[in-house]
Amino acid sequence: MYRLPALPLLLALAAASLLSVWFSLNTGSAPVDIREAIRTPDSTAARILWELRLPRTAAAFVTGALLGLAGALMQVLLRNPLADPYVLGVSGGASFGALLALLAGAGTAALQGSAFAGALLSTLLVFSLAHGRGSWDTTRLLLTGVVLAAGWGAMISLLLALSPAQQMQGMLFWLMGDLSYAQLPVAGTAGLLVVAVTAIFLSPSLNVMAGGELYAAARGVAVNKVRTLIYLLGALATALAVTQAGNIGFVGLVAPHLLRLAGARDHRVLIPAVILLGGTLLLCADALSRSLIAPRQLPVGVLTALIGVPMFLFLLYRSRRPDG
Amino acid sequence: MADQTSPPLLRCIDTTVTIAGMPVTRQLNMAIEAGQCWCILGRNGAGKTTLLHTLAGLRAANAGRIECLKLELHKYRRRQLARHLGVLLQDQESPFPVSVLETVLQGRHPHLHTWQWETAADVEIARQALSMVGLESFDQRNIQTLSGGERQRAAIAALLAQDTQLLLLDEPTSHLDLHHRIQILERLVQHCRDSSRALVLVLHDINLAARFADRALLLLGDGVTLHGEADEVLQTGTLERLFGHPLVAVETRVGRAWLPA
Repeated sequence: MYRLPALPLLLALAAASLLSVWFSLNTGSAPVDIREAIRTPDSTAARILWELRLPRTAAAFVTGALLGLAGALMQVLLRNPLADPYVLGVSGGASFGALLALLAGAGTAALQGSAFAGALLSTLLVFSLAHGRGSWDTTRLLLTGVVLAAGWGAMISLLLALSPAQQMQGMLFWLMGDLSYAQLPVAGTAGLLVVAVTAIFLSPSLNVMAGGELYAAARGVAVNKVRTLIYLLGALATALAVTQAGNIGFVGLVAPHLLRLAGARDHRVLIPAVILLGGTLLLCADALSRSLIAPRQLPVGVLTALIGVPMFLFLLYRSRRPDG
Repeated sequence: MADQTSPPLLRCIDTTVTIAGMPVTRQLNMAIEAGQCWCILGRNGAGKTTLLHTLAGLRAANAGRIECLKLELHKYRRRQLARHLGVLLQDQESPFPVSVLETVLQGRHPHLHTWQWETAADVEIARQALSMVGLESFDQRNIQTLSGGERQRAAIAALLAQDTQLLLLDEPTSHLDLHHRIQILERLVQHCRDSSRALVLVLHDINLAARFADRALLLLGDGVTLHGEADEVLQTGTLERLFGHPLVAVETRVGRAWLPA
């Protein structure tokens, strides 16, 4: 039966999440014994654990989960398994919004708001510009997204070129994503909970929405309401991820795709699973980016792009159906 | 068959439908009762699909009202309406891999509560629908690997699983081979007679229409319509005017048929 794989899959993903948290807490330039750090709260080991590794681990997991959710939601919204907040320029819009607020000297709330506005604007642009006659055309959608992403990239570079360099987080943070600046993700976790609960609540409608809006309406989905919600949730998740860790790509593409391959095609399974897998993937990628060329660190966005780009190209290649 | 005391499943009251300023119907008044099988005929671009979408509440009528069981369509919540009337749309395709059984189970969506799994009863309904269209052994196949005709039958099964009293089908016979065209229509008509449902079929083939429908609605262009008992409406002269092509009527063992002259 199609329902059986759900529970073992979710349990396996939960176990993988815990393992990756352990892996991440144990990884870094200085060797830290976690048990000892917990026993002696005043030691250097404890400080490294509580002040550096834990916030970074939490930020990586929450960011990955947010990106996975944003990807899965945008794929339904645009009816295309290649949709990803980074590829479509939505992360770029959020980065630009956040950077603009930062330069204007705005506080945290205004920063989040501005990133959210950038993500919304970007989704709206992709949504309206890529709408072919009747249905979504992959080529048109990707082209629109790629051009938008390039545009945001240029705007970000411009802002950075005009700003006093030492005040800003690195260029790479806004273009490729980096968890080195990550702090304990308070807003991110709260936002993740809101997005996750709403998305799980919507998941039966998401299954039907994937078949098209007319089809969903005929099956009893209040299409306008659901579309608006998906749109807001996707933008919110992207904005929160970007303000936390910059412009990290491809998690939103890779996580839902791996799950569909594993048989989680029903959104009632896919949505909770993508939270766990997105978090796990980014956590592992970040731990690797800290240890591969230790003591130096790679920005995690570089690593996700190195994994994501070949996968994206493979998917694009495979989506050419023989019947055209 | 129709119970005179129960309200019609669907009633058009002075319904005007236009596409880009071109009228499809002008102040149409008609009622679709349980047990009836309607066909909608018209030339290409006459607005058959637009009219069907309007009857299903997927778009609003330009003027007039459409009621389902005495309540106007737009006053229903979508989920509620989808329990009364189901639609088969043209050329449905999913961009994601989905199994045939999952596709058919989506027909159960209006009957489920939020975040409720389909029950064994829902799966049973879906399997019965699959066997009605002869796809019972295809349940685990990915819908994207099916042929056009098989996909069409799966879509019809999903509509049957929706278990509505009124079924609106846009070109149900498209992609179907000769045998399945007859078989599927026969089973649909039988199913609706047995459980006093109503069918509305948008068809291209006048011979299939004459064979299966007992009511007909002709879209003659410029908002002019003709509707009534199929035997009275489907006359050679009227059909010639409808399609703008001379026809020859032939009496056969399975009823009257028309050939383009």
